[in-house]
Amino acid sequence: MATIASLKQGQRGIIKEFSVDIVPLKLLEMGCLPGNEVALVQTAPFQDPMYLNVNGAHLAIRKETAAQIEIEIISQ
Amino acid sequence: MAKQFNVALIGNPNTGKTSVFNRLTGLNQQVGNYPGITVEKKQGICKLDRGVKAHVLDLPGTYSLNASSLDENVVIELLLNKNDKDFPDVAVVVTDIENLKRNLLLFTQIKDLGIPTILVINMADRMKRKAITLDIAALELRLETKIALISSRENRGFEALKKRITNYKSLSVAPCLNASSIAPEYFDRLRKTFPNQDVYKLWLVITQDVNFGKLDRNQLKGVASFKTESISNLKRLQQKETIKRYQFINEVLKQTLLVDQANAKDFRSVLDRVLMHKFWGYVIFLGVLLLIFQAIFDWSSYPMDFIDSTFASLGEWAKNTLPAGDFTNLIAEGIIPGLGGIIIFIPQIAFLFFFISVLEESGYMSRVVFLMDRVMRRFGLSGKSVVPLIAGTACAIPAIMATRNIENWKERLITILVTPFTTCSARLPVYLIIIALVIPDQRVLGIFSLQALTLMFMYLLGFGAAIISAWMLDKVLKIRSKTFFVIEMPNYKLPLFKNVGITVIEKTKSFVLGAGKIILAISIILWVLASYGPGDFNNAAAIIQQENLEAPISQTQLETKIAAFKLEHSYIGHAGKLIEPAVRPLGYDWKIGIALISSFAAREVFVGTLATIYSVGNDDVETIKNRMAAETNVKTGKPLFNFASGVSLLLFYAFAMQCMSTLAVVKRETNSWKWPMWQLIIMTAIAYITALGAYQWFK
Repeated sequence: MATIASLKQGQRGIIKEFSVDIVPLKLLEMGCLPGNEVALVQTAPFQDPMYLNVNGAHLAIRKETAAQIEIEIISQ
Repeated sequence: MAKQFNVALIGNPNTGKTSVFNRLTGLNQQVGNYPGITVEKKQGICKLDRGVKAHVLDLPGTYSLNASSLDENVVIELLLNKNDKDFPDVAVVVTDIENLKRNLLLFTQIKDLGIPTILVINMADRMKRKAITLDIAALELRLETKIALISSRENRGFEALKKRITNYKSLSVAPCLNASSIAPEYFDRLRKTFPNQDVYKLWLVITQDVNFGKLDRNQLKGVASFKTESISNLKRLQQKETIKRYQFINEVLKQTLLVDQANAKDFRSVLDRVLMHKFWGYVIFLGVLLLIFQAIFDWSSYPMDFIDSTFASLGEWAKNTLPAGDFTNLIAEGIIPGLGGIIIFIPQIAFLFFFISVLEESGYMSRVVFLMDRVMRRFGLSGKSVVPLIAGTACAIPAIMATRNIENWKERLITILVTPFTTCSARLPVYLIIIALVIPDQRVLGIFSLQALTLMFMYLLGFGAAIISAWMLDKVLKIRSKTFFVIEMPNYKLPLFKNVGITVIEKTKSFVLGAGKIILAISIILWVLASYGPGDFNNAAAIIQQENLEAPISQTQLETKIAAFKLEHSYIGHAGKLIEPAVRPLGYDWKIGIALISSFAAREVFVGTLATIYSVGNDDVETIKNRMAAETNVKTGKPLFNFASGVSLLLFYAFAMQCMSTLAVVKRETNSWKWPMWQLIIMTAIAYITALGAYQWFK
């Protein structure tokens, strides 16, 4: 099962449906919505935190949050 | 005079909202606090056409109306309360052209409240480079609003914006999203229960309690009890609302906004690759820190020396010019040295706020948070704790307030508890003067000044103490809180000189005025206590003359002895003697003891207190430093400020919690006296023990 945490640098994916109980509302408000495209821009050492481009918005989240959000990888 | 009307500036963080505020109001602004909370309240006056003036309120940055922090909560509380005197007649929502999609989420929420809303699209100067085209007329039509396309960097579009503000009455208040479409059945029930209320506002009030439980709310009573849905259901509805809004925004932007990716020039990714590099990123950050400390230690010493000597001669001048008497003495010995003790900070405070403001404005601070998050987490902190820890080198008070954007309560609490260990600028004068007195002015390896290295060590000690205690607190505190961390990576921007300048002036002013009041009051009290006394105090001259009858001494020596006797028998002398047993094992005399006690009001009082105590009855033109160097230990006859007592003092000031304002802020931010009290007890205990150990070791 692919999640944002499994993205490699430069790879892109589409966010699948997720549950509100796991993903904070704030992340949604910043553009992290089901159906949106997400790309991994860069990571800090140890792949954590992860710097993402979600639908044109640039934000960073921790790996543990990233591992909660399922995606479908669309590019290698 | 025409009636003033209220304008509220609202927007996401990093949209340049504050630049817009600065452009609209110029220096016509004041910064205060919202009643009862430490959220900064910025307001100003904007002059419009034909003598009309608007009252402009710069609300804290927020991503949406679903508040998750005190700062964000201010926005929603105001917008839901029609009776508030600041309730806006018109809302101006500031957005950034490059993040329009995300920024519009907040816009649609504000507009749905039925407040006339103007959309400001900022950073128009970037459109060309990013190959962005925007159909403004179509966008105005779709959003049913008026748009002002501006560039605060190039000062473009503000006349048009002011016109739009003047004509606010012609704005449509139609909502963007039909609230009922979120959950028709639920909203129908809501409408039936409260027929006279706007359902979207009701919905916000209900969900607000979900987001932010601890609110005292008096309007719309009874709504809070309308909980027919479980919390997780309400959350699901909030999610649905957000998705609906984004659907609407995507639809609108599809027809109006065009970004030609092929022609967009992107400096961001190049800079990111360097500044956030897994190795060089950290090297650069270290370099930035070194630059900041260089400025504080080195560059600011020139104006500081100047201020120091100016106040010394000012005191002398006052004494010689004003008619002799108690009042003159109070000015020359109490107020002037006391004030000098605070004004000397200005260069350092200004430098610190300058750097912090530049780092934040440029977008670099977010990169630092990103780089440091993993490292800080090991110690129970968050990447976002870096900002308070750096800001803490200026002052713990704004630093503790800067912890608000840390989402995780445990990480935030730990940051609040350890921030006072960082070397704030109030410790600096104490360090500087003690180091100058007890550390030899030598060079190590021919380059580095030993004194500068000692100062550097004191800063590292502060950071070290903060980090280690954070690690211990992480182990000790049993608080479960859901971890989640999200930070926006804003675009890089060249800081606007005007914004940085205003921040530096504002922060320095409020620091100096705030601390200045305390210091002034304390120095007056100290002077009075040192200049009057009971019993023997009033017969000092006779007693000393009696003692020295047999071996006659010169007139000057006699006067010095009388002055010393008087000080010892003054009220403050008696108080000092009382506490002397507690401080003697640390190598201090009663005068330092008094300075320590008064330092609990604020650390910077230390130097001012000693200046006041030493200058009472001392007419020589001398700086504070020379006076302190001349003090001798009555018991040993050696200088009072020697290596052992100096190190002991340095350690005491490094660790002790000596700042009432910080304790007050910690109380407000943690909403309990428990945490500030623990801070006071534990930090002071560490300070006493290490100071004791150091003095006994080096003695």
